[in-house]
Formats: sequence, C-alpha cells, structure tokens
Amino acid sequence: MLRHMKSIRIGAGLGFYGDNWEPVVASVERGGVQFIASDHLAELTLAILQKDRQRDPALGYARDVVPMLLRLWPLMRERGVRFVCNAGGLNPQGAAQAVLAAFASKGWRARIAVVGGDDVLPDLLDVDTPASELTHLFTGEPVSGVRDRLVFANAYLGAAPIVCALDAGADIVITGRVADAALFLGPLVHGLGWRLEGATEAADLDRLAQGLTVGHLLECSGQGSGGNFGSQAAWRSIPDLGHIGYPIAEVWEDGSALITKAVGTGGRVNFDTVRQQLLYEVHNPHAYHSPDVVLDMGGIHLHDEGHDRVRLVGARGKPPGDRLKVVAGFRDGYKAEVTWGFAWPDAWDKAQAAIATIRLQLAERRVPHDELFVEYPGLNSAHGALAPLPDPSELNQLNELWTRLVLRTPSKAAAEGFGRLFPWLALSGPAYTCGFHGLHNTSELLGIWPTLIPRAKVEPQVSVNLIGEPS
Amino acid sequence: MSHAVRIPLVRIAHARSGDKADWVDFGLFAWNAAGYRLLEREVTAARVQAHFAPWLPGEVDAWPLPNLFALKFVLRGALQGGGARNLRLDNLGKAMAGALLRMEIEVGPAELEGALRSPRVGWWGEAE
Repeated sequence: MLRHMKSIRIGAGLGFYGDNWEPVVASVERGGVQFIASDHLAELTLAILQKDRQRDPALGYARDVVPMLLRLWPLMRERGVRFVCNAGGLNPQGAAQAVLAAFASKGWRARIAVVGGDDVLPDLLDVDTPASELTHLFTGEPVSGVRDRLVFANAYLGAAPIVCALDAGADIVITGRVADAALFLGPLVHGLGWRLEGATEAADLDRLAQGLTVGHLLECSGQGSGGNFGSQAAWRSIPDLGHIGYPIAEVWEDGSALITKAVGTGGRVNFDTVRQQLLYEVHNPHAYHSPDVVLDMGGIHLHDEGHDRVRLVGARGKPPGDRLKVVAGFRDGYKAEVTWGFAWPDAWDKAQAAIATIRLQLAERRVPHDELFVEYPGLNSAHGALAPLPDPSELNQLNELWTRLVLRTPSKAAAEGFGRLFPWLALSGPAYTCGFHGLHNTSELLGIWPTLIPRAKVEPQVSVNLIGEPS
Repeated sequence: MSHAVRIPLVRIAHARSGDKADWVDFGLFAWNAAGYRLLEREVTAARVQAHFAPWLPGEVDAWPLPNLFALKFVLRGALQGGGARNLRLDNLGKAMAGALLRMEIEVGPAELEGALRSPRVGWWGEAE
C-alpha cells in the first residue's frame, strides 16, 4: 500500500550550535534525502548570540552555518536537496547575507528565504504589561521582577513560514527561533501537501502529530541514531559511533513514517535508541506542545524492522492553543570557579582544610556571595548527593582528590576577585597540591524565563523574505 | 513478597535525561514487557522523589507509556534555577539518568529472571 503513496525523505542536520556536520554528507550522498533540517539553537544559545551581536551588529547568528554550507551545498545542489535551519538566531538576515557572501566567493548562487518576527523582547520590556501576563510558566511570578535584566526574548514560531518559504521556491531557509521540530514539519507539510493552518479534522491533526514526532526524533542529530545511549553495557554494542549516521525519516502522505540512516554509517536505529529520543525533553508525553499541533504520544507504536529501520505510527494530534511559548533570558549574577587538587596522603582531609580556609577568607573579607558550591570531580560531580562516597579514612587513601569550588555572587568584582584567594595557599596551605586551575574563570550567569504570549501579538509580524538568485 | 531481591534499575532498564529550564526530564525504558511490568509497579513518582530527595526540592511527575515499555518522569526544581545558572559541572542534568538507574527496587526472583531472560524488543545486530 505504501508503495503507491507519495513520500519524502528528510535528514537530520546539526543538533546544536557546534555540532558536527560531517555525518550529514552520508545522508545527502547515500540517504536519498530531499531535505536536510538543522537545529542550531538550544534553549540558551540565543544568550551566546546576543553577546556576539553586542560586539558586532552584523553577528547574532549561529556562525557554523557558513562553513557547514560550504561543505554541504555542492553535494546538496547536485542532488536537489533543500536545507532548512534556525541558524539565524537573533539575526537571520545577517546569517543569510553571510552565507550568500561565502557562496559568492565560490561563484555559487542560492535562493535563500529569511524567516523573522520571533523577537518579542519589546513585549516583555513593556512596563504597561499587566502583572497577569507573561508570567513565569512554571512559577507564575510576574515578569516585572526580571524586566530590567532581560537579555533576549523570542517566541517559538511554527512551521507555517517555513512552508511559505519552500512553496516560494527557496533552496535554503534560515529562521530565527522556531519550534525545533517545525524545521522538519515545514518540509513535510510543503512536500506532502498536508493541511496546516486551520487544521481541525482528526486526520489532519494526526498527520501533523506524526510529522512533529518525526521532527522531534531528528532534531538532536546523533541522539536519534544511537549516540548518547544511556545504559549499562548495551551502549558498547552500538557500532562505529565515530562514523555515526544521523537519522533520516521517510514520511508518507498518510503520516506513517520510517526512521533509518544512511547505509554504511555507524550508530544504531532501533526500538531502544529511537524511544530514548522520543521521550527526550518532552515533559508531558500526552501534551507535547508546539505552535502547530499538540502531540499525544500515548498511542505511538515503534515497530523495529531490524537493520536500522523503525516504523513510527499512532501519534495523535489536537489543535494548538492560542498562545506561543517564549523563552527569555535574564542576567542573574556571576560565577567564579577554581579547581584545586591534592595528592596522597590525606588528600580528603587536606581538601577539607583548604576549603575551610577559603570559607574563612570569604567571611573575613566580607566578600558578597550567595553560595560557595563545592563538588569533587571524579567522586560526585555527576550524581551529587546520590553518589555514595567512601568513608573519610578511605578517601584519605585515594591517589588524589580534586575539588571544584564555585562562587555564586551578584557582584562582578567579587567574582573577579575569587581567584586571588587561592595562590598564596600553594606555599601556606596543605601540601602536595596539584595546582589551581581556572583562577580567572569568571562568567555571567543567566536565568531563564519561559512564558506564553498571545499568537495575535506575534504572528502578524512574522516575515518571509527571499534574497539571492536561484541556484 | 518472599525472598525478594533488591536490584538497581540499571539491571533491567536504560534511561536518558535532559533539561527544560529548571526541570530535569527522564525517560526510563524496560528492555521487554516483563521488565516493564516491574518498572510500572515499583518506580512510582513518590519513590523517584524519595530517591532524589537529597538534592531535589521540587515535585516529581510521572507518566506510563505501556506501548513503549517506558516511564516518563519530570523532576521540578532540579537544576539550581536552570542550566545557565547551575553551578554544577553537569549543569544540564544530562548525567542524572545514571543517578536514576542507581535507584533500587525489590522484585521476586522469578520476576527478575523473566525480565533478564526475555529477549530485547529492539534489534541489536546480527549477533542477536
């Protein structure tokens, strides 16, 4: 039956700003894909991009998109593969211009669609906002408490502007903040002619839910094909992660889908690796919200056909709400961290004495701070209080013991001065230290402000602009 | 349950964790239906909350997904306010799934045998 239905194949690009694009080559060359969709924006990536833009207004986008496309575009153009990404960050227009400039130096052309309109910082900065609006999604606190410290605020747009861009013939679509899975849903809606806007019939919504699920399975690159497979022993059976193939989906008109990867690549696409990604960071699996459809995973079945092929059926969709999710970031003080090691004998006791000396200095010098956080890399920095520690007598027999001391402070000066509390202890503290690391390692902390905003405030300002020449 | 044995979840399950703002988000997966019956019975929201009590100020939500032999958990308030202000080395909680797999449950010997001996649902290569 499936043979007679139209289908398209879409491959995963990056899963974050800084990810490896080399595995995408196999998907393009041997995966039979028509689209690559690439997610460059984690929840707080926009904070990094904001710092770039402060230095240079032409920046503010995920700069890896330029070398990525220089590597991939010749391969994609040859095969008619189109590319969708959110690398635009805070400056999609700037990203598109940077790509076109790089292409021009090679004598290449491309028609790029720029999707904008996700910036809602002005709405959060508006002091006339009623206290009941733009409240913290989890705690309900009013935004006024962080307003003067906000750094960025962007709404998650849906697939509609991406569909519009592809319908208009774009070779490459560059967006700012959109729902990660919308990067994939957009090409599916475009290619399979699904009803998106005004979808109210169960059949329409269920197809969108299948498409959203596909996007969710592919948006984290290698995590959908055997990377980061959390387990004891089983991870060892996943072949050749060094040459992992990122996941590829074939999706049919009726919404049914096959998750796979390019032949000859490493990694594993099976029931286990796919369901680890399916439930990853979705919160309530019966109401996974997106701007396009609310997904219920409760009816999903994953049929493992073997040989890196998993069929996906059964996603159910409900109409989306009338508000869009926003993630804002706000300045939230500073941290300074120093890592300090001690060698046998008595490493644990010496570390405790050294930490006590640092605490004493903080108190005597009245250094303003909220907390001094201490953990022991190699002992408990991954599992904290849940990592069972041996008795102090055993800890004193360890070959070495590392301490990581982190100061949280509202004061930039206190953070910058933290490292100066340490060096003198090399000569005047406990013996056999393995040196201090990170004495100048200070950074600004960011709080995150998730909230909701009415669609009517965002969608009218969404724009799709085509620049460049057809390839 | 007579002659019950205590096992860490890692014996019969695999897991992944991630972050959403200040929440840590877990998927916990049995290798087969026999293992899922044990997870569903033993790994309740209350027990997960008790397991993480030493560092978790918030609540735990749980959802069973029987089609997937999986349980979904969300631990609220688990990241010191969120990844970009969390002072821990594992600021995003990506290693916390391992801490969940340390959790111990009590099962009958026959139940454990069933969970360990039943074949895995997923395809793990020609050798299997």
